[in-house]
Amino acid sequence: MLSTLYALMFYAATVLIVVGVGAKIRKYALTPAPLKIPTTPAPVTETGVVLRMLREVLFFESLYKSNKWIWAFGWIFHMALWLIVIRHLRYTIPGTTPALLNFLQPFGKYAGFAMVLGLAGLWARRFLVDRVRYISNPSDHLILALLVAIGLSGLSMKYVAHTDVIAVKAFMSGLWTFQINTLPTDPLILIHLTLVLMLMIVFPISKLLHAPGVFFSPTRNQVDNPREKRHLAPWAAELEK
Amino acid sequence: MADGDTQVPILDDPLQVPCIKPGAMEGLQPFLASPEHQEALGFPGELVPDWKEKALAKMAELAEKNRAFQVYLDICVKCGACTDKCHYFLGTADPKNMPVARQDLLRSVYRRYFTFAGKYFPWLVGARDLTEDVLKEWYSYYHQCSECRRCSVFCPYGIDTAEITMAARDILDAVGMGQKYSNEIIGKVHAVGNNLGLNPKALAATLEGLEEDIEDDTGVSVRLPIDEKGADILLVTPSADFFAEPHIEGLIGYAKVFHQAGVSWTLSSYASEAANFGLFIGNYENMRLVSQRIRKAAKDLGVKRIIFGECGHAWRVAYSFLNTLAGPWDFLDPNYPVPQHILEFTWNEIQKGTLKLDKSKNDHMTITFHDSCNVARGSRMGDMPGGQFEIPRNVIKAVCNNYVDMDRDTIYESTLCCGGGGGLLTDDLMDLRIKGASPRMAALREVTENDGVTHMAAICAICKTQFSKVMPKYGYDMDQIVSVHQLVSNAIILDGQETDDAES
Repeated sequence: MLSTLYALMFYAATVLIVVGVGAKIRKYALTPAPLKIPTTPAPVTETGVVLRMLREVLFFESLYKSNKWIWAFGWIFHMALWLIVIRHLRYTIPGTTPALLNFLQPFGKYAGFAMVLGLAGLWARRFLVDRVRYISNPSDHLILALLVAIGLSGLSMKYVAHTDVIAVKAFMSGLWTFQINTLPTDPLILIHLTLVLMLMIVFPISKLLHAPGVFFSPTRNQVDNPREKRHLAPWAAELEK
Repeated sequence: MADGDTQVPILDDPLQVPCIKPGAMEGLQPFLASPEHQEALGFPGELVPDWKEKALAKMAELAEKNRAFQVYLDICVKCGACTDKCHYFLGTADPKNMPVARQDLLRSVYRRYFTFAGKYFPWLVGARDLTEDVLKEWYSYYHQCSECRRCSVFCPYGIDTAEITMAARDILDAVGMGQKYSNEIIGKVHAVGNNLGLNPKALAATLEGLEEDIEDDTGVSVRLPIDEKGADILLVTPSADFFAEPHIEGLIGYAKVFHQAGVSWTLSSYASEAANFGLFIGNYENMRLVSQRIRKAAKDLGVKRIIFGECGHAWRVAYSFLNTLAGPWDFLDPNYPVPQHILEFTWNEIQKGTLKLDKSKNDHMTITFHDSCNVARGSRMGDMPGGQFEIPRNVIKAVCNNYVDMDRDTIYESTLCCGGGGGLLTDDLMDLRIKGASPRMAALREVTENDGVTHMAAICAICKTQFSKVMPKYGYDMDQIVSVHQLVSNAIILDGQETDDAES
């Protein structure tokens, strides 16, 4: 019964995040950028733009220039999150775990601490820095609370009270083929999964959209070549008729 | 607000971050445009009765038409990276002058009406209803942003507050709440061809006067032609170059460079303005109409190239947008970029060796260079990224012996706005202009004290006017701001020039 409920919730949350984020990406992609507005100095080639974007999403280049504290906490949190998400694939891939995941496992195990540390730093700034306190809404605190809770519940299972991870893997990997296997019922795993479900649901309706959104930011993804190549939005072309 | 009311903020360090003072600049607002000025631009004369519906409809339209607006309203995570980057925040401490807070004035309304979270949980995400007070708050704080894009350099997603400010002003114009200063000026360009409303006769007389001045000074006849058909180069320059100091010294510099380079050039009375305040009010249609005048002038005069004079936002519109707004330029000489900056031309001539330069003519000055925001972060010069920083410095160093840069965090792409850009160069915002200039003034004071800098050079008509007005508040003289081509003009030795001239 509980397993079925969680299975259904995972399907629903997956549909919401895929359709929701997909719709947003579609909207961003279809909305024209009427003018060339890269923040200069900007790359003058497509390749240069790809490299600029990679530096932004891998190293948070602009944030590094801006504020070393936010950069340090933010970068630690995001990179740890990536490692954790990748590590968690072992619980969702049916059958034996791929070698790459086994290689990452020792690092991934400790990434949880880094993630919580990074989040704690970011959260502290929302209280301690008057400027950041001023711009924080309840939702900004809640999203941090949600992520911290996900991290802490996960760490608890790893280091305090183990859940039956074999059964969790059977449940999660079964979902791919619409097989509902029995989910362990200890509170930690249920809390952990519920929080992850909430994260998936709020993704397309919250500031978490920064993840796909950054790739559509005209100041970062445009080539600096306005004199060489004429840029014209479809609605602007209508004005010329 | 009278100048006397302003407390001139003296910062120990140009980027010193103040503690926030909520409400510090509340209620400040520039004069509203009159119905006549509004209607000339295609906007309602005064606040329309159904302003709320109109404003929301315009917001929806902009989200459809402008990806930057749509994406930037969605993706801000409130990390705080931008909070200490705006010169108006540094100078006023008003938290609503922090870039993210400025965006939030509009984002809060967008969320309320256009997002799931804001529709159903407004308190959670800081969403709020659009009321007349909100509209007034927009009018106030979106006229405390100079659209300089400094925040966009430091945002991890490149969120550009200028895009939000422009959209907000476009919405305000659409409901009948335009700003007098910008809209009156755009109306003059549509009607006469330049921001000042100088008619062709007055313009020709001014240029003749300048020709006489140059001849008196140098003994050489240097022309400043206007409306000359068949000239190779059309020079489009801010109309402030025709009458304001130190702008006019720059114009004399362009004329001397053209003369010495032996090229044929002309100004146009029809397109006698490089500035394009359509950018400031965020209105594509008006910006396009202003740009189209340059296309028509280039065609009518049959020129082969277009060169822009020293003007910051004008160069952004010219470099980044002119091809979009008034191109394609297939009727011009394909061997030259369209348009070119006067500094690109001058630097090229210096490299070719066509200019005879006596650097010692500028020895009475030690120069620093103020990178203008729109040139620094919204355009380029030359072939390489960053040419907009190198070429002006190269030219200055070619004509001056004494040059010093200010603090690296206040120049190049991190340059501080002069405090008067983006349609704020009006006396009714003098208090804000003085405060907004304080970070730059602090950076200048450092090099004055440490390196003996006497003069700051700029390549923007707005910067020059703003500094000549606010520098006296900070203990400088108004003539300590100079045009880059003024320095060129000082150093250039024209063929046949009387060299025993007393130094001016």
